Amino acid sequence: MATNDLYPKGEYECYKCNIPLEPAKVTVTYLGSNFTVDLLKCKNCGHVLITEDLALGKMLEVEKMLEDK
Amino acid sequence: MDHKEWREYEEKCIQERPPACMTTCPVHVDARGFSSAMKAGNVNKAWEVFRKTVPFPGIIARICDHPCESACKRGEVGDPVAIGALEKACATLQTAPPVKLSIAPSKRKRVAVVGGGLSGLATAYDLAVKGYGVVLFEAGERLGGAILSYPEATLPKQVIEEDISVMERLGVEVRFGATVGEMVTMTDLQRDFDAVYVGQGKSAGAHSLLEHSAMIDPVTFATNIEGIFAGGSWRTGSSSPILSLSDGRRAATSIDRYLQNVSLTAVRENEGPHETSLYTNLEGIEPLPLVTASDAKAGYTLEEAMEEAGRCIECECMECVKNCEYLHQFKAYPKVYARQINQNLRIVKGLHGANTLINSCTLCGLCKEVCPEDFDMSVLVREARTEMVNTGKMPPSAHAFPLQELEVANSEAVAFTRHQPGKGTSRYAFFPGCELSGSSPDHVERAYAYLTDKLDGGVGMMMRCCGATAEAAGEMKLFAESLQKIRQEWQEMGQPQMVLACSTCYQTFKNHLPEMEIVSLWELYDEYGLPDEAGSKVTGVVAVHDACTTRYEAGIQESVRHILKKLDFTIEELSNSREKTACCGAGGLVPYANRQMANDMAKRRASESQADYVAYCAMCRDSLAAQGKKTYHLLDLIYGDADLSAPAKRGPSYSKKRQNRLQLNAKMRESWWGEMVALEKKSYQSIPLKISDDVEQILDARMVLEEDIQKVIEHAEQTGEVLVDKQSGHLIANFRPTSVTFWVEYSKDEDGYVIHNAYSHRMTVEGNE
Ligand code: SF4
Ligand code: SF4
Ligand code: SF4
Repeated sequence: MATNDLYPKGEYECYKCNIPLEPAKVTVTYLGSNFTVDLLKCKNCGHVLITEDLALGKMLEVEKMLEDK
Repeated sequence: MDHKEWREYEEKCIQERPPACMTTCPVHVDARGFSSAMKAGNVNKAWEVFRKTVPFPGIIARICDHPCESACKRGEVGDPVAIGALEKACATLQTAPPVKLSIAPSKRKRVAVVGGGLSGLATAYDLAVKGYGVVLFEAGERLGGAILSYPEATLPKQVIEEDISVMERLGVEVRFGATVGEMVTMTDLQRDFDAVYVGQGKSAGAHSLLEHSAMIDPVTFATNIEGIFAGGSWRTGSSSPILSLSDGRRAATSIDRYLQNVSLTAVRENEGPHETSLYTNLEGIEPLPLVTASDAKAGYTLEEAMEEAGRCIECECMECVKNCEYLHQFKAYPKVYARQINQNLRIVKGLHGANTLINSCTLCGLCKEVCPEDFDMSVLVREARTEMVNTGKMPPSAHAFPLQELEVANSEAVAFTRHQPGKGTSRYAFFPGCELSGSSPDHVERAYAYLTDKLDGGVGMMMRCCGATAEAAGEMKLFAESLQKIRQEWQEMGQPQMVLACSTCYQTFKNHLPEMEIVSLWELYDEYGLPDEAGSKVTGVVAVHDACTTRYEAGIQESVRHILKKLDFTIEELSNSREKTACCGAGGLVPYANRQMANDMAKRRASESQADYVAYCAMCRDSLAAQGKKTYHLLDLIYGDADLSAPAKRGPSYSKKRQNRLQLNAKMRESWWGEMVALEKKSYQSIPLKISDDVEQILDARMVLEEDIQKVIEHAEQTGEVLVDKQSGHLIANFRPTSVTFWVEYSKDEDGYVIHNAYSHRMTVEGNE
C-alpha cells in the first residue's frame, strides 16, 4: 500500500477543529501487518479520512491479500 | 480427510481420462488432439501429435487399419471420424522436418531382434532409443516384411525407405540374409546377447525357432525361455499392422524392464487397446455424416480434411461444469479444483490462492447429480471450510456477517418456543426458520393459524435458526451447539413432530436431528387442503423453482405441484428441475463471500425460462427476484397476495429482515400468547434515518445495516468527530463497533439524517480506532 496517491482530490476539513485535512503518514494495520500510507488527516486531533474509493478499492484488495496469506 | 483421501476423491473425476479413440488405438495415438489440429488446418502440428506415439509414421499413416474408428463416439451421432483417412491426408500434406531423435546414453547391453517386419522394427527402434545395442536379423534382403507387399499407390517404396532409414540414425546393425535357425541358432543368440526378441510375420517359422514352446505371456510378451520375448502377427494371428507395431513396442518395454531388473508385470493395464472410463454426453450433438473425398484415390484435400476433422466431438466429460456457473467460472474442472483445494489446505507459508474457490460453492449438489462418477464438490468444499475454521485460516471477512445474523436470530429478542395458546402439550411444532420470518413475517403467522386450525393435539411454535449457516461456514462447534439447543427445546416440548417451512431447515433436521419426526409445511397444505382465504386472484403459467435442498425430496416437490394445480396454475417444468434443480445462487453463504458469483448463478437460473417462477424457499425467492426475475413464494399464491401483473419485487434488505424477525417475535407473543413484550430499545435506535431506495440497495450489497449507520451517527453526535466534504457539504463520520469500521456520508435536515452513502473496511487506521 506504499502508494502516494491515496488521498482524494476534493477538499475536506475537520468539523471539530475547523481546519483543513492535510496529507500525512498514517499507519494502517490488519491481521498483524502494518503499512504506512499517505492519507488526509487533521493535524490537530488526528482524525483520518478514509474515502469510499480507498475503502472499497486498494484497502479491500490488501485486506483480501492478507486474509489469503 | 487426509492427503490420501483427498487424492482418492480427486481420482473420481474422469475428465482427464483419454478418449475412446485413443485407448482403442493399439499405440494410443491422441486422435482427439490430432483432429483438433487438423480442424484448424495445422497439418504440421497434427503430424507432430501423430508421430509422438508412432515410429515410422509415414508408413503407418498410409496403411493403418484404424481400429480406433470402431470406438469413436461420433459414430453414435453420425459416422465415426475417418481418423485413418485423416492421418493419410496429414502424411501427404505435412511439411514438417524429420523427427528429432534423442537417444539415451549407452546401457552397454545388447539385444538381438529376429525379423525385420513391423514388430521387429518397432522393438529395435524403441530399444535403440533407450540406449541398447541392437542387432536386427532379417532373413531376406530388405527390411519391412509384410509392408513391402502393399501397392505403390498405397505405400510408395520411397516412404518405406525414408521411414526405415531411421534405423541407421539410431545405430541399429542390420544383418541381411541371416535366417535364424540356419546361419545362427537360437542358442548362439542367447549366448551372444542379453535378450532376444522374435518378431516374425505370419508366414515365418517362428514357432519352430522357439522349439520347446509357443507359450507367450500376452501382457509381457515373455516366453517361458529366459531372456526370450516374442510377438508380431504370428502371435496376434491378425494382419493388422498397428497391432504388430504395438506388439513390438510393448515387447521393447518388457525387454527394457528385464534388463534393468524391474518387474515385468507392474502397471501394464493400460497398454495396447483398452476401454476408457471417460464419459461424453452426446445429448444435443447434431448428427453429421462422413465427409467424402472428391477424389477417392487421392484422399482428402486440406479443406476436406479440415471439415472431416471438424466432426470430431473432442470427447470430454465436463458434465458438472456445463451445469454449474461456479465450476464454469473457475475455468477448470473438479479434478483440478480438488487438487487446488487440497494444496490450499496443506500450504504453511505462502498465498492461499483457493480461498475464493472454496467459499464460492453454493453446496447445492447438482454436480453430483449430473456426474457419471458421483463427484460431489460440496463434500470437498464443506470439508475444506471446516478445516480452515479449525486451523484459523478462514478469511475473517468471508462469513462474519451471516454468522452475526445467526447469533441475532437465535438471541432472546427473536427466538422463542411455546406450546399452542391454551394447550399444555404439543403434538406438532411449527419451525418457520429465519429466512421466512425475515422475508415475510406475515406468512409465518398465517401459516401458524392454518396449522393450529387443521391439526389436533397442539401445534407449538419454535422460532429460531436451524444453524445451517454455521454448518455452511464450517463452524462445526457452533453448529453442534445450535443443534443441541433445538434438541433440548424439542425434548421440553414433549418431542413434537416438527413442521418445517424451509427446505434448508428440512435437510438440517433430516441429516442432523434424525431422532425427530419431520414434515414439510407443503405436505400439510397438500394433505389438509388449502386455507379458506386461499386463492390467487389471477392464475397463469408458472415454472417451479425447486430448492436445491429438496433435490431428493420427491414428496415435497409433488406437494408443491399439487398445491399449484389446486390454485389453477399451469406448471411449466424447467429443464433443470426436481433432482436436477439448479441453485438460486444464495446457498452456501456465497452471497456474503462472493456476491458477484451469487448474482451470476441467480441470473443463469432466472434465464432458464420466460415464465414467472414459483419458489417455496424465501431465500430462493429473494435471490431470483433481486435479479429482476418475477418470482413468487408459494405462500404469496396460497394467500392470494401476489400481484401477477406487477413487476418483480425485491425482497427486504438485511436490515429490514432483521427488524422483521424482532417484530414478529413481539407481535406473535403479544397477540397469540398475550404476553407483554418490552422491546429493549438501544439509544441509537431512535436516530431517524432517511434512506432512498437506491442508497438502500447499495447498503444492502455492502452488508451495512441501518443500526450500523445509527451507531456511527450517535458516535459522531457525542464526540463531534466529524469530517466535512467542502464540495458537497456532506458530513462524514466513522465508528468501529467491533471488527469493522463503518463510514457514513450524511447531512442533517429538520427531522432526521439523510444518508448519502456508507461503506466499511476491516483494517484499523492509526488515529481513528
Ligand atoms: S469424436 Fe473425436 S475424440 Fe471422440 S472418439 Fe471420435 S475421434 Fe476420438
Ligand atoms: S454450486 Fe452446486 S453444482 Fe456447483 S460445485 Fe457447488 S454443489 Fe456442485
Ligand atoms: S461430471 Fe465433472 S466431476 Fe464428474 S467426471 Fe465429469 S468433469 Fe469430473
